[in-house]
Formats: sequence, structure tokens, C-alpha cells
Amino acid sequence: MELTSTWYLVLAAILFALGATGLLVRRNPLIMFMCVELMLNAVNLTFVTFGNDLNDLGGEISVFFVLVVAAAEVVIGLAIIVAIMRRRNEATADDLSALRG
Amino acid sequence: MILLLQDSGSFAFPDVDWGGLSPLLVMAGVPLVFLTVWSLTSHIAPRRTPSIVAVLGGIGTIVAAAIQWGRVSGDDVPGFSTLSSAYSVDGFSMLLTMLIAAAVTLTALFAHDYLEREDINSAEFFVLLMLSASGGIVMAGANDLIVLFLGLEVLSIAVYVLAASHMRRAESQEAGIKYFVLGAFASAFLLYGIALMYGATGSTNLVHISEWSAKLSREGNTGLLYGGMALLLVGLGFKVAAVPFHSWTPDVYHGAPSPTVSFMASAVKVAGFAGLLRVFNLTLGADALADDWAPMIFVLAVLSLIYGTVVGVVQDNVKRMLAYSSISHAGFILVGVEAASDDGMTAALYYLAAYTFIAIGSFAVISVAAPKGDAAHSLTDYKGLASRKPVLALAFTILLLAQAGVPFTTGFLGKFFVIGASIQSENYLLAIFAMLAAVVGAFLYLRIVLAMYSTGDEADAAVTGTEPIPWTAALTIGITVAFTVFFGIFADLMVDLVGDAVPQLVRETAAG
Repeated sequence: MELTSTWYLVLAAILFALGATGLLVRRNPLIMFMCVELMLNAVNLTFVTFGNDLNDLGGEISVFFVLVVAAAEVVIGLAIIVAIMRRRNEATADDLSALRG
Repeated sequence: MILLLQDSGSFAFPDVDWGGLSPLLVMAGVPLVFLTVWSLTSHIAPRRTPSIVAVLGGIGTIVAAAIQWGRVSGDDVPGFSTLSSAYSVDGFSMLLTMLIAAAVTLTALFAHDYLEREDINSAEFFVLLMLSASGGIVMAGANDLIVLFLGLEVLSIAVYVLAASHMRRAESQEAGIKYFVLGAFASAFLLYGIALMYGATGSTNLVHISEWSAKLSREGNTGLLYGGMALLLVGLGFKVAAVPFHSWTPDVYHGAPSPTVSFMASAVKVAGFAGLLRVFNLTLGADALADDWAPMIFVLAVLSLIYGTVVGVVQDNVKRMLAYSSISHAGFILVGVEAASDDGMTAALYYLAAYTFIAIGSFAVISVAAPKGDAAHSLTDYKGLASRKPVLALAFTILLLAQAGVPFTTGFLGKFFVIGASIQSENYLLAIFAMLAAVVGAFLYLRIVLAMYSTGDEADAAVTGTEPIPWTAALTIGITVAFTVFFGIFADLMVDLVGDAVPQLVRETAAG
């Protein structure tokens, strides 16, 4: 059986869905960050697959931009968590409930 | 290094029109240079310096954008794009650049005294404010989806920190992490949308996408394209706080420091709608495609209008009420977007310009009304504000009436134009929804006005308006009120200005 690009696209879609579901159901902020990373990397896989299909470098180059953005996002997210942890001992999403949407 | 690459011929360095990029360079360069200088001079320079630098940076950006505007306005000199067609310089991008820079100027003006009062003053606030705005300016001119994404992230990442910047309030940090998690979630959707668009059309450039999407739509081969379109709408809908992607808005507006909220309600919304208008109305504006995305925008607009006004009316916290009102304003602007016509685009731009000033003025009032702690914002806290601070209450009343859409204010004209554009595109149902929302929304603003002018039990209600108002905040509120009333009466001036700002989609050409 040959692995066509469809397989990669479906894999990326599954990873993206896993990340999105995880972000919505998990309560630990660190796990939630990991889920965001999973979603972004699923997109990277999509970009590379399309870039390969189209024989276009644009897809691969986009991945670099996404990687940089993902790194910057995690830095900020962890910094906010550290700031919260300094005020209280544990930080799960359920503890952060002073504001009710 | 660049020369080396140029000489070897393997890398064609794109032509750069530095003039067209000058507003962006000012907004991004000033904070970077200032941060370095400030780290060496902070012990000798006056404490107000960061705020003054941010105000001057904002004004400098407005001037630079106005000069570029002169180059691209008029029929004989159309807009152009630069940097390998990645960034477009046209009336649209320059108008929105000016709006974002005005938001920075006005926010920085009143932020200093607020931050001093709350003991959280630091130069970083102003640096992040300007860097965030530079991301917004990138979004306003993005002619490529990846550039749009980068602009959105520069904008958002700085705002996450700004939202969490009140280190002494747990609510502020909670607002920061909520905004961050949901923002990252939405960015991932936007990015997936970009990837699908790329797969469908073979490029992330908007000019290319525009040509290919029309072709794909004729061939009926639109699966990937529509998937990408829907995901892009999720990502951008989150930034402009449209229902059902609004869940962060009340909490973040409630928890974040008031100057941050003022910036979020103005500049972040402007940047989000810049992306929305350029991607949907312009790039995917072909009639066959517009028929397919307009229903999605229709649903978002109706939900935002209904949810924002109905839920906003029953709140008892003024900051939360304004958060819901900001959702319903997003609904009104979406009515203009949904019209998918030049009139609708102009109406949406006008509404954005009007709302930017109204929102900044309103949150400037809120920042000085409550005493230290920035927490006393319930309706009972605002009782009797008019007797303690009559001028402040009067200014707030004018701004709230403008939000409600009372004639002789820019808010009225904004609502009038979007509904007019909707009727012209024969979307009568949406126009009726918008009119109903305007009526119900008026009640929301009148509740705040009534609270201010009622004489509460002074003993437990005399919470707001007890401290003197800093001249910076007074100046900000004065400017926004004057803008709202002046352009509400002399409407032609701003209508003409906005009418020149219809965006263009251009390949890279020699600068005109």
C-alpha cells in the first residue's frame, strides 16, 4: 500500500482534532499548552504535505514562521503561569474562577 | 550578507519601498530603541518618559501614515504593494494604521497616571503597547496570509502580557491566562485555515488566492477552499469578539487593567476587522464566493447582535456591560461586512473609526472613576457619580449615548451606514435585526446613565469619583468626546476621508 499525501493530511487532521479536544477537556494549563503545540504541529504537517504536493517551497518556509510563533507563545504562557503560581500553590483551570463568563 | 546573496543570483532580494513601510517602522522601531535606552537611563529620566515616548511614537506613526496616504489616495495613483507583494500600501491600510496609532496615543496618554495609582508603573507597559500596535499595522497592510498570521501573533502575544500586567490583582492574571489559552486556540484554527487555503490555491498570497479561488469556484472544486474559509473566519471572529467566539470577552474586559481594555476594544478590534475585510470582502469577494461566505457572517452578526445586547442588559458590572456592548458593536460592523459591497466596506470602516474613539473615551472614564484597585465597577458603585464629578459623568453620558446611536454623534452615523449598506444589498432581515439590537442596546447604556444620575445611599455607594481626575485622563476623554460630537455634526468630513479608503488588491508594482 502506497502512502499518498492524503494519509498525511488525514493524520494532520486527526492530530489537530486531538489537540483541540485536549485543550477543551484537560484542566492543567501545562497540558493545555501541549495541546496548542499539537495543533500547531498538525498545521505544520499540513503545510509540508501541501508544499510537497505543489512542488512549492512556500509550504516549508511557512513552517519556520509557525515554529517561531509557537516558541514565543509558549514563553509568554509559561511566564503568566509562573506569575500565577507565585500567588497561589496550584494552578488548574478550575482554580481560576474569580471571573465567571 | 544581503549583498552576497544578491550577487550569487540564487536569492532575489525583493524591492523594498521604505516610504510605504515607514509607519510600521516608526511603531516597531521606537519601542525597541527606547527599551534599550531606558534600561540605561531609567534612574535619571523623569518617570513620565515612557508614556511621553509612546504618545510621540503614536503621533509620529499617524504623521508617517498621513504622508503615505497622500501618495496613494486619488484615482490616478492607486495603492501599491511592496516586499514581493507581501505588504500593501493603500488608503485602507493607511487609514487603519492611523486608527491603531491613534489608539496607542490616546491609551498611552491616560495610562501613566492609572499605572502610577495602581503601583504597577513600568516602561514595559508602553513598550508592549507599541509593539502590539505594530502587529496590528502589519495586519492592516498584510497582502499575504502568512504575513497576516505573523501580524496577528505580534499583536496578540503583547496583549496577553498587557492583560495580565496588573500583578496585584488575581483577576488580571486570570484574564491573562484565559485570553492566552483561548487566543492560542483561535490562532491555531486561523493557521489551519491558512494551510488549507494554501493547499487549495497553491499560494498564501492574496492576489494569487483571489485569482485561483474564482477559478476553483467556477470549476466547483471548492472543498478545501471552503474549509479554509471557515477556519479563517473562526480565527478572525475570535479577535473581533463575535459570538460564538466571544466567551473570553467579558472575563478579560473585567479582569484586565482599564488602559489595556481600552487598547483591546479599539486597536485589536480594528486589526481583526482589517484582516476580515481584506481576506473576505476583497480576496474572496467574487460574487459566487461571496454568496457562500456571506451566510456564515450573517449568522455571526445576528448572534453577536442578539447575545451582546440581551446579555449585556442584565449585567450589574459596568466593565462587563461594556464588554457585551463591544460584542454587539462587533455584530454591527459584521452587518457592514456581510453586505459584501463597497458601501458595506466603507460603512464598516466608518463604524470602526467611530467606535475606536468612543471605546477609548469610555474606558478612560472607567479608569479614573473607580478608586485604587480598579475593582469598584458595579452599577451601585456608580450611583451618584454625577453629583460628585458632574463633568466626568456628562462626558461618560455623551460617550454612552454615542454607543447607543443617538443622533449628532458618530455612533449614530455608524449604525445608520451599516444598516443602509445592508438594505442596499437587500439583506432586509439582517437590517431588522440590527435595528432591534440598537433599540434594546439603548437600554443597556441608559442603565449606566441612570445609575450615575440617581442619588444612591451615599454611605455605601460613594465609591466612584472620589479622587481627583489626572489632567492626562481629562485630556483623553476631552479629545474623544470632541471627536465623537464634532464628526457627528460635521459628518461629511469623516465620510469623505473613509470613502477614500476602499482597499485594493495589487501585485507588486513600481511605487507611484
